[in-house]
Amino acid sequence: MLDLFLFAIPAAFVLAGALIVIFAKNPVHNAMGLVLTLASLAVVYITLNATFVAMVQMLVYAGAVMTLFLFVIMMIGVDKAEQTKEEIKGQTFLVLGTLILLGSLLTYIVINSGFKWDLWFPAVDYSIEGTPDVLAGSLFTSWIFPFEVISILLIVAATAAIALAYDTKTRRDDD
Amino acid sequence: MIEVTTDWYLTLAALLFSIGFIGMMVRKNALIMFMCIELMLNAVNLTFITASKHFGQIEPQISVFFVLVVAAAEVVVGLAIIVSIFKKQETASVDILRSSRG
Repeated sequence: MLDLFLFAIPAAFVLAGALIVIFAKNPVHNAMGLVLTLASLAVVYITLNATFVAMVQMLVYAGAVMTLFLFVIMMIGVDKAEQTKEEIKGQTFLVLGTLILLGSLLTYIVINSGFKWDLWFPAVDYSIEGTPDVLAGSLFTSWIFPFEVISILLIVAATAAIALAYDTKTRRDDD
Repeated sequence: MIEVTTDWYLTLAALLFSIGFIGMMVRKNALIMFMCIELMLNAVNLTFITASKHFGQIEPQISVFFVLVVAAAEVVVGLAIIVSIFKKQETASVDILRSSRG
């Protein structure tokens, strides 16, 4: 019974936050809904024995990425009303068609499987703990090359962000 | 007595992905579309973690780690682009920002 509560309560918060993200009008509310989703997902990760990933989720996603989002929302203004007029011809029909396609696809899968996905293997009876030492043992041995590549990616992204945000025009006015 | 199985987590991930996809389709504000991309990425991460538990392997969690880093890099560059476009055009609506196409 405890299992059920530990799944159902965070899952309800995950979906509620996701719905806030797509329905709220004020961008700050959308961002807060996303924080709710990310934090509840961290709880779900803990129930799945992935403790390190849950902590990284809280620090990187709910901490750093959301701060960045809020900064940008503050910079470009929160009171901008979203444009509701359709600018592109036939867009409504295209979107409706895509959503109907997605909906029917999911319904077909759910009806066909009856909520029992075919997972090839049954669940293992032992549980693996995603603690930092277990993760590091694999990350720094078998996966060391992707790890190094990803560090290059981060440097490139940081440099690109600075290059994009650096405004040469206002800089010259200041001098 | 109801047992929480892998299927439940996969269903949650599917629902989360669908919500993100619907948001991506209907919203026009570039920032909110970005948040919907984050929702979809997180749905995939949840699938990875569920697989890690189901199969008793640590590698899916390492994939999640990499996805997190790529998502952070993507947000940094994407938001920088939105800010620099906003400086020129005073809008974050993707319909008006059609000048960026080739």
